[in-house]
Amino acid sequence: MITIVDYGMGNLGSIVNMFRKIGVQTFVTEEPAGVEHADKLLLPGVGAFDTAMTRIGQQGLLSLLNKKALVEKVPILGICLGMQLLTDSSEEGTLPGLGWIPARTLAFKERIDTARYKVPHMGWNTVEKNADSSLTEGFEPYEEVRFYFVHSYFVQCDDDRHSILKTTYGLRFDSAIQNGNIYGAQFHPEKSHTFGMQLFRNFARL
Amino acid sequence: MLRTRVIPCLLLNDESLVKTVKFGAYTYIGDPVNTVRIFNELEVDELVFLDITASRQSRGPNFKVLEDIANECFMPLAYGGGICDIEDVGRIFGIGFEKVVINSHAVQDPGFIRRVADKFGSQSVIGSIDARKNLFGRYEVFTHGGTKKASGNPLEWAQELERLGAGELLLTSMDRDGTWAGFDIKLTASVTSKVQVPVIANGGAGTVRHIGDVVGRGGASAVAVGSLVVFQGKGLGVLVNFPDKKELEEVLPR
Repeated sequence: MITIVDYGMGNLGSIVNMFRKIGVQTFVTEEPAGVEHADKLLLPGVGAFDTAMTRIGQQGLLSLLNKKALVEKVPILGICLGMQLLTDSSEEGTLPGLGWIPARTLAFKERIDTARYKVPHMGWNTVEKNADSSLTEGFEPYEEVRFYFVHSYFVQCDDDRHSILKTTYGLRFDSAIQNGNIYGAQFHPEKSHTFGMQLFRNFARL
Repeated sequence: MLRTRVIPCLLLNDESLVKTVKFGAYTYIGDPVNTVRIFNELEVDELVFLDITASRQSRGPNFKVLEDIANECFMPLAYGGGICDIEDVGRIFGIGFEKVVINSHAVQDPGFIRRVADKFGSQSVIGSIDARKNLFGRYEVFTHGGTKKASGNPLEWAQELERLGAGELLLTSMDRDGTWAGFDIKLTASVTSKVQVPVIANGGAGTVRHIGDVVGRGGASAVAVGSLVVFQGKGLGVLVNFPDKKELEEVLPR
């Protein structure tokens, strides 16, 4: 069972549907009580960094999530904004992130040629393997693998060993990251048909 | 690098899937949900759904159908048809669609595009232009499923939609719709050369070569296909299909 943390950021329907398609049970909750006994967590998210961090605080989830991630070490997957929340900070906002993976979230704007590369980075793109991870099992050969992205900010790990996939869009960024039990995917697996299903299956098997 | 998107553009008549020729006579294709399941298997890039009778019948989106579609779809989705209300836009995104396509209501109330873009981001708004050549060979803009003529020409309107905050444009040649005769390269190039936002060329796809042409010569960022992916061939029966990836790669610049 995967517990999806609902902090009011974006649509969870597609995520729930994809897990149902691959035969994995999910439970959506916005309550600390719902998160308390979770053995696997998913942080979704579309929207702004500070809004998400504020909501997590307001819903009384921050210390609980820290306990689940750092003490109980349950597997946690952050998707899109949910991955950016795993980092220390974001140029999109001023609030600190969860800081579970030493990394920063940076803006594409000012760093890439925006005449050539429009922001947000939106559409299908390929990934390159940077490090082994159970999240990306079965992806070989990588030439065939592609994911759907929509984001204006990207993640850069302080330690390259935490980067498991890289993607190039004007620059090379970390499109999937891992630090022990903490995983993040910048793209939307729930919108990336078979490739997304494979990633969700891998997470469900952890 | 990003791949050029090839997007099945599927037409809804309320609850059924249909396909038109030159915005006129339509053929019943089938049930949208069954069709979506096939496109899932075919791993298409993205799907656009347009309810072609909603504006004409002053009807809003059929949320039940959109929900059924989103529940089966594991790819990016866009919806257009009868959207005149910002709350409807929020509801469509809540269902699991990523983008809305706005045509008729943008002509009636251009500020609507701005409001949707401000609230949900430009990347979620596709401004749609239906264009037809008049007797003098000049392009005109139409709304309400091609039944009402708007003022101005496609280029002016495209620039205005971009200025208002549309993140993408869907440019449809009404003359080529359902004809299998190839895209209107001239129309497409006249717009793509003057706007910065991605333009999805629509209307006329009959072969993979046509797709390559409108990208290569027309400057389209993405391509919408209709008849090509719902019929076995011109004048033949319904067959949901998608061009072979290898063939597409050969004609598309990477």
